[in-house]
Amino acid sequence: MTYVKDGASLERSKTDDPMVPDLYEVKSLLRELDDTFTLTVSLPGQMEQFRFSPGQFNMLYKFGVGEVPISISGDPGATGELVHTIRNVGPVTDAMSYLRPGDMIGVRGPYGSSWPVEAAVGKDVVIVAGGIGLAPLRPAILHCLNHRDQYGDLVLYYGARSPSEMLYEREIERWRRRGLHVEETVDHAEPSWTGHVGVVTHLIDRGDFHPDKTLAFVCGPEIMMRYAVQALTDSKVPDTQIYVSMERNMKCALGFCGRCQYGPVFICRDGPVFPYQKIAPYMKTREI
Amino acid sequence: MSEALSDAKAKSPKYALNRAMLGELIELLSKEGHQLIGPQREDGTIVLNPITSLEDLPVGLEDEQDSGRYRLKSIAPDDARADSLFQTTVGPQSWRRYLFPPRQTLWKARRNGAGWEIDADAEATPKYAFIGVRSCDLTAIAVQARVYDNGDYTDPGFTARLGAAFIIAVNCTRAADTCFCASMDAGPAAREGYDIALTELAAPGGEVWFVAEVGSRRGADLLEAVGAGPAGAELVAAGEAAVAATARAMTRSIPADAAALLQRNPEHPHWADIAARCLGCANCTMVCPTCFCSTMEDVTSLDGQEAARLRHWDSCFSLDYSYIHGGPVRRDVKSRCRQWMTHKLSSWHEQFGTSGCTGCGRCITWCPVGIDITEEIAAFAKYQTTEIREEA
Repeated sequence: MTYVKDGASLERSKTDDPMVPDLYEVKSLLRELDDTFTLTVSLPGQMEQFRFSPGQFNMLYKFGVGEVPISISGDPGATGELVHTIRNVGPVTDAMSYLRPGDMIGVRGPYGSSWPVEAAVGKDVVIVAGGIGLAPLRPAILHCLNHRDQYGDLVLYYGARSPSEMLYEREIERWRRRGLHVEETVDHAEPSWTGHVGVVTHLIDRGDFHPDKTLAFVCGPEIMMRYAVQALTDSKVPDTQIYVSMERNMKCALGFCGRCQYGPVFICRDGPVFPYQKIAPYMKTREI
Repeated sequence: MSEALSDAKAKSPKYALNRAMLGELIELLSKEGHQLIGPQREDGTIVLNPITSLEDLPVGLEDEQDSGRYRLKSIAPDDARADSLFQTTVGPQSWRRYLFPPRQTLWKARRNGAGWEIDADAEATPKYAFIGVRSCDLTAIAVQARVYDNGDYTDPGFTARLGAAFIIAVNCTRAADTCFCASMDAGPAAREGYDIALTELAAPGGEVWFVAEVGSRRGADLLEAVGAGPAGAELVAAGEAAVAATARAMTRSIPADAAALLQRNPEHPHWADIAARCLGCANCTMVCPTCFCSTMEDVTSLDGQEAARLRHWDSCFSLDYSYIHGGPVRRDVKSRCRQWMTHKLSSWHEQFGTSGCTGCGRCITWCPVGIDITEEIAAFAKYQTTEIREEA
């Protein structure tokens, strides 16, 4: 509990304000689903310096409307642009859904922890995604596919409410061809659907991977993540090898605003990606 | 404190100064461009206002505080303390009001073709001199300094304002009934983070003297400049005795194992008991000197050409605080009470290596229904349950 009263350490330049965004230009807005779109932005001349790890997020600001935390959905190996898949759930994301090429948005980031793709080298990687939860996992999938020979079995279990709500549908086919084993399931089927029906956690015991040498990455609604962790441990994946991505209200992404506290952790700084063991007690506590 | 440090401290000279010298000292600070901020009587309480001289301080006043109760009263004329300046303890405001103002403009922007230009340096850093910072509040400033300079990121406003501030601390020679800094190891004597620390003593004749400890080179220079001489052993001993007596006078406390106690009791039935009384009004978080939560507000001009981002204090007691798409996470007042109290006394240790409570007692005094954090933690200690309910 000390700070040096006479020291120079407290005198920092005001120009380093981490709350001030950089201005990025919108390159494209691709409508993915009824309520979901993918925004590609770029900062000409400076994008080469922007490096992120799979699972990290940015704070995106729409002029005069507000700022929201959005996971980065792009390829971590590709520079030149920033890709965010965004679900329209509030005023800011709604305003962003009307952006057009040439418009500007504010970007701060990247922030937070990442999926342990390096620690997974030499192992199987099992990805369990629910709905929009696939968006923060896309960079991890792309990283693993870009380095396909470094990994064992790569498996994606993806669940959506209905076939028309499946994200990245065409791209998933490309992922299949590059060596990703994909099983998809929906809560509610349509006549043309020939795949699995039911919750995504039911796919986990199919035996597509080697539990003891597997790292599992899970992202989706909290209830789905709880059951996915249960199914993974039932399939003998040690819970030390399970990672989850959490979401809470965030206003600053710096650890200052306090809003993303989840038990003792700040989701913005300590997360959003956590080893399951670290937050297991809080996942079991209502309204924590 | 390490042995070497305490040894050095014991050897550092202490000064004696009277009220006139202190008046001169703050005048010098003012001439150096510091804006003087000090305790002042307003609306029946003591608030922290810009002041111009010692006359603005609550001369001859003392406070009575209890759960849900605050009163100011005059010290009797025949009491030796009748001319004292610092006999009121802490009021509803704390110094975070100046270091991290309740409402700040982060930046402004003006449209410029397809994009916009950001003006980030909207306000110059004010150069404050804080007069009369209590040890609990010095501790709170240090606690907040860890929040706003967390190793990864620094809030430039807070750190610049703190860096520019001259701090005159006051060791408490009187405790309010709500004070429990001693049990939080946060007072009543100031330990660090000040330029000058004063102990106020009233001689039987009524003349007020101060023993001054030096925390910085500038503090020493100013004391020399106003002619403060070395404090005699008798005066120093009297000051130390008065501060020690203050510590002994405190009746409230927080048990040393509070952090572990709350960590293992997120489902304790006592949370419902607190929630049955709590109004969810957020007063406790507004008066707390360490609470740091904030929210953002985005505004635009009517023609849409200008925008600004404002940051203002927020509270974990508001429903909006935990809102994510779909609704608030902490719907029940019970879970908001748990968030506040567990954060203060338990998870703060994991986050910042200190308690989030300094024992200032403000949350007790300013709770409209008189919820007392020291009583509540005692209830957890009394009715302990180690059973953690698993929820599906």
